[in-house]
Amino acid sequence: MGTRVIGTSVPRKEGREKVTGRARYVDDLVFPGMLFAVTVRSPLPRGRIRKIHFEGNIPWDEFTVVTAKDTPSKNCVALILEDQPCLAEETVNHPEEPIVLLAHPDKYLLEEARRAVRVEIEPLPPIFTMDDSLARKHVIWGEDNIFKSFHVEKGKVDAVWSSAEFIVEGEYSTGAQEQLYIEPQGMIAQASPEGVTVWGSLQCPYYAHKALVRLFGLPKDKIRVVQTETGGGFGGKEEYPSMIACHAALLAWKSGKPVKMIYDRAEDMVATTKRHPSQTRHRTAVSREGKILAMEIDFTIDGGAYATLSSVVLSRGTIHAAGPYDCPNVRIRSRAVATNSPPHGAFRGFGAPQSVFALERHLDRVAAVVGLAPDELRRRNFIREGQTLAVGQVIRENVDMGRLMDRALDLSGYHAKRKQFREQNSRTAIKKGIGFASFLHGAGFTGSGEEYLASEAAVQATRDGRLQILAGSTEMGQGTNTVFAQIAAETLGLDCEQIEVLQPDTALVPNSGPTVASRTTMIVGKLVESATRKLQQVLFESGLLKPGYNAKDFAAACQQHLDKFGPLRSFCKYEHPPDLHWDDETYQGDAYGAYAWATYVAEVSVDTRTAEVRVEDFVAVQEVGRVINPVLAAGQIEGGVAQGIGFALYENVVWQEGRMINGQMTNYIMPTSMEVPPIRVFFDEIPYDRGPAGAKGIGELPLDGTAPAIANAIANATGVDIVRIPVTPEVLIEMIESVHA
Amino acid sequence: MPEPVGKIRVQCEVNGRSMKLEAFPMARLLDALREQAGLTGTKEGCGEGECGACAVELDGKLVNSCLVPVLHAGGARIRTIEGIASGQQLHAVQRAFLTHGGAQCGICTPGMILAALNLLERNPRPTESEIREGLAGNLCRCTGYVKIFESVVEACRDMVR
Repeated sequence: MGTRVIGTSVPRKEGREKVTGRARYVDDLVFPGMLFAVTVRSPLPRGRIRKIHFEGNIPWDEFTVVTAKDTPSKNCVALILEDQPCLAEETVNHPEEPIVLLAHPDKYLLEEARRAVRVEIEPLPPIFTMDDSLARKHVIWGEDNIFKSFHVEKGKVDAVWSSAEFIVEGEYSTGAQEQLYIEPQGMIAQASPEGVTVWGSLQCPYYAHKALVRLFGLPKDKIRVVQTETGGGFGGKEEYPSMIACHAALLAWKSGKPVKMIYDRAEDMVATTKRHPSQTRHRTAVSREGKILAMEIDFTIDGGAYATLSSVVLSRGTIHAAGPYDCPNVRIRSRAVATNSPPHGAFRGFGAPQSVFALERHLDRVAAVVGLAPDELRRRNFIREGQTLAVGQVIRENVDMGRLMDRALDLSGYHAKRKQFREQNSRTAIKKGIGFASFLHGAGFTGSGEEYLASEAAVQATRDGRLQILAGSTEMGQGTNTVFAQIAAETLGLDCEQIEVLQPDTALVPNSGPTVASRTTMIVGKLVESATRKLQQVLFESGLLKPGYNAKDFAAACQQHLDKFGPLRSFCKYEHPPDLHWDDETYQGDAYGAYAWATYVAEVSVDTRTAEVRVEDFVAVQEVGRVINPVLAAGQIEGGVAQGIGFALYENVVWQEGRMINGQMTNYIMPTSMEVPPIRVFFDEIPYDRGPAGAKGIGELPLDGTAPAIANAIANATGVDIVRIPVTPEVLIEMIESVHA
Repeated sequence: MPEPVGKIRVQCEVNGRSMKLEAFPMARLLDALREQAGLTGTKEGCGEGECGACAVELDGKLVNSCLVPVLHAGGARIRTIEGIASGQQLHAVQRAFLTHGGAQCGICTPGMILAALNLLERNPRPTESEIREGLAGNLCRCTGYVKIFESVVEACRDMVR
């Protein structure tokens, strides 16, 4: 395809600021007269607040103190529901739930003061496990502890079991995972009767905007949210920043001064959201020939104490639970349950990594029972164009999962290594193994989500011929600024240097929807492309610009147009493709506009003396539509694979009474430069006609397949049936011993 | 009870310029650099010496400034990310990070660039495993380190050229 800018690795737009240390993150900003702020949190998982004592040798009159009584309108962090209070008032429902906010100019005194606040709480019986929640040991949320449940039904599952040649059952679980962005959460707020402004590290300015509007009861135009340079998000800065924005704003409101609230690492780890722990049961009927006849899947996630985003995490996990396979009979039942731990939330992959782990691990076990190689079982069941997913979506993409898988297996030397390792392993204490996972990931909001969001983006021309992009989509390292600039530059035939992406500020940019769900490039990028094309069209129609123009002509035309007609701006609003249908009642229809398709192969070595696992090599092959920036795209996959390695092997949240007790980087272990293998990334590019320049979504994909590929490789190396992650040495030793017992 | 120790003044050289820092002796060098010297390129990621986002050079050695008391900075030569480029001219390491995707969200980048630079000054032709080891004290959650290794290899080529 003849593109100039699309498909080239132009350097990151804000890269120069980042490599020189000039990029300004929230903690780098200083406001005159600024106060610092801390949060006093619940020591107990569940109870009734009796009294708050302000003790110690603390000059309390110097402090701004905020409790639930100070909330001007509704005491909630508005999201999908309004069940989560901004500050606990009568009851607490999880450890670390915010109760009191303190602000003072002296950081050190503030810390002493935090420890001098004692909250008297009468304990109530808590729930810590999904099983206890389902059994309604105590009802802690709503009438039945269930935030949301789904039931997806295709064909006649019950008619299959009696005649199937093989029935394979399995149970799988995944642990919580901390997003661990290296920049901790933080906000600065300024407030007066005229309005509230917050600056901070966040993915979704309009989520924080919505929460502040509800909390203060102010008109929308009195609330302003500005994103500062954001040091990683991965979902962890999707919904939680709204809470901190509310807290900082309440203190600013009461004190009349700017207030900076920055979490330290320990607070960030124990108090903010994590990936939902999950439990999945599979029951699969297979014919003698290895054709999957029926899948019955039961999927449960732990939502923590409040609803937050659990319903939508569950939705994505449910839809991805049956994978990229053609199966005539599928039943998926799923639910998100309440427990008395801090709410679990968005984390890259959003429910899919959990259910895909279960499925791809299960299919290796199915293959063994049926007597087929793992690749052969999948090859006989991959979905093709024209076939339907469990939710009834007919695949309209020209997908060839068999070819994609074979490419990945070839690149990794899968077949030869499998044979070689089988021969070697009996003679060595270090066992080697190779395994893979095949999967899909839907881009954009699920079902009617994009229609409901109705996102907007805009572009405007400056007098000197630059094009400015106005979007609520945030840059958090994944490359929004650069990708948007490339899309606009390609459309106009200009260079990226002439495109400027404005800082997301709700006073200036339209609501482009949240920066989540692998939707920014595909959905918002398309709006940027359309708005840019419209602006170009306006210039053509005015006669000021003629096809074949260069940058100078474009600048001259912009200047003349601005002089003659005033601001040159164009908007574009999302229009849902008329052929995509979704029924929220039956949970049937076109779940996503497009899918990314992939096979990932992991090679591992397992030291059977120490039960340590190392990933030695990793091959990631994916079809993601047109790749806009190869370096950025590969960077997304590599980074996602590294997070997936952590999810599979190292990242173990240790819970005690609903609280994370290893909330430090010292004892919560993420991969370092010593742990990551070579990650070899390959793209198969089939342009997607509805994406900008043919692109689809990419961001979340790598989290889905990495962990099951590694688990399958460990199973291949050791013969141990891996049914839960993370596979820490402690877990693996236990598993190895139970095999030999 | 001993008298509480008051603030001390230390004289040091930061990015080639003489500077006075005034702080409690056990105050973190990280805070003094950020709050007094206004050098906010040095980041706090964990405050416990695990992540390396606050890495600076102290007398040529790479240190986590969150673990260094101001007291230790007296008479020292300190180099932070702000002292790497020469005016508008980026250093080879910075250039490589920019063109090879070594920086994504950017928060680990200042520390990572100092670690890379420190490695290359000690060892101008590191092997892959020496690069991995040289950067092992700096966590990055975005890149999976692959593009960072590539950036260091490129910088290395550029520097010996």
